[in-house]
Amino acid sequence: MSLRAALAEGRFVVTAEIGPPRGANAEAIRRAARALRGWVDAANVTDNQGAMVRLASWAGSLITLQEGVEPVMQLVCRDRNRMALQSDLLGAAALGIPNVLLLTGDHPRFGDHPEARGVFDLDSIQLVWLARTMRDEGRLLSGLQLKPPPQWLIGAVENPFAPPARFRAERLGKKVAAGAEFVQTQFVFDVATFATWMKNVRDLGLEKRCAILAGVGPIRSVRALERMSDIPGIVIPQEVRRRLRGVPSDRFLDESIKICAEIIMEIREIPGVAGVHVMAFGLEEAVGEIVERAGLGKRPQAVAP
Amino acid sequence: MDGFRVKTISRSEGEPSPYGDAPRPTPPRISLRNALFLQRLLRPNRLRAAFASWLEATPVAYRLFAFVEERIKRHIFGCRMCAQCALPATAYACPESCPKELRNGPCGGVREDGGCEVYPELRCVWLIAYERAEREGRVADLRRLQRPIDQRKWGRSSWVNYWLGRDEGLWTQSDGLGTREALR
Repeated sequence: MSLRAALAEGRFVVTAEIGPPRGANAEAIRRAARALRGWVDAANVTDNQGAMVRLASWAGSLITLQEGVEPVMQLVCRDRNRMALQSDLLGAAALGIPNVLLLTGDHPRFGDHPEARGVFDLDSIQLVWLARTMRDEGRLLSGLQLKPPPQWLIGAVENPFAPPARFRAERLGKKVAAGAEFVQTQFVFDVATFATWMKNVRDLGLEKRCAILAGVGPIRSVRALERMSDIPGIVIPQEVRRRLRGVPSDRFLDESIKICAEIIMEIREIPGVAGVHVMAFGLEEAVGEIVERAGLGKRPQAVAP
Repeated sequence: MDGFRVKTISRSEGEPSPYGDAPRPTPPRISLRNALFLQRLLRPNRLRAAFASWLEATPVAYRLFAFVEERIKRHIFGCRMCAQCALPATAYACPESCPKELRNGPCGGVREDGGCEVYPELRCVWLIAYERAEREGRVADLRRLQRPIDQRKWGRSSWVNYWLGRDEGLWTQSDGLGTREALR
């Protein structure tokens, strides 16, 4: 069953993430996709994540599709002007990629090419708006007609934890107004703050117009914990740190998976949440365990392999 | 291969030059209330439209006018002369001073202390915009959707464009949630 159909049905959905490798390596993506198959409704394929050059997200999405996992192709404004964005979106539709996730992208400063020009011709909200225009009006930004127009489910991202806290639900409102049909959030470790944001989202009635998928994920190691703490926009409360630091290093991952599953169970109780987005880079095998421990179980098969 | 430089990447290497034209978050040097007062004072009318048309027809005068405009607006807002001024709808904090040039609100990388993702020591310009808007009860302005800008207009005078009525479609009339507004 497709992500679109699962959301329409109101089933609590699970998405995950595949980070394409640095190298001309299709096998790494196949392996990750196979580990996720059956456990997720769809898997994001990231686009030069963290401003580091990787295999293209459209190619990774195609490989993922071949492995019987429905892809969500990520596309960032950092590396393309409005022309390249539109042609990549059309290419994705022609390849049968059913979902796109449109975002601004990390600044090149933090990546492996800090000397690169960041394009930022459009911002994420304008790109969502453009995708909807291409699909629903069948037109490019130039006004020229598309025959036939593309069809994808349009996704976006939001960070409920970054200041200004009071504007974060309203910013999601802008994305919904622009055409976002689902949104995946930054990592939720602080469930209370997430619940407050969800309340603001419900007050604006946004959860009825856009499926909210809460971002979650295990932390692989002490080093990963330190690295994640340095990433702007990710908030890891003291309580989570204490629990992770309180276990011997060989049990760190296990504890982390347990915390992740607990967070999913708490999130499920919050009204208006349509699913979870499990970000487990290089830990694709763990996604099944997390889903299982959270009591969500296997998914109805999405695409025949 | 011999010809390639092998480099190790460090984060400090990523710091853009402070002397280039790279956008950096800039707190405005004028209060929102005063800016709104000036806005009313400088609003388009027939006389100003005629003056703007004359400027466009007189290249030397136009260049001088744009030079003065740039000096003033760079000093006050960190203006980079995109020529499609979003200030009236952003609490007079310039979104083109955001390192990602976001015209529709803050990115998800704003730090817990309000620092910019790219320049941690500088406050996010959209956070500044939000706080200014909130104080004056103008948060609704920030809900409008900002359309993509015309990249050909860089360096032109936004006052001329404003007085000639070219800025009218820069942002939507409403928040777009009730009635859909077209992108173009």
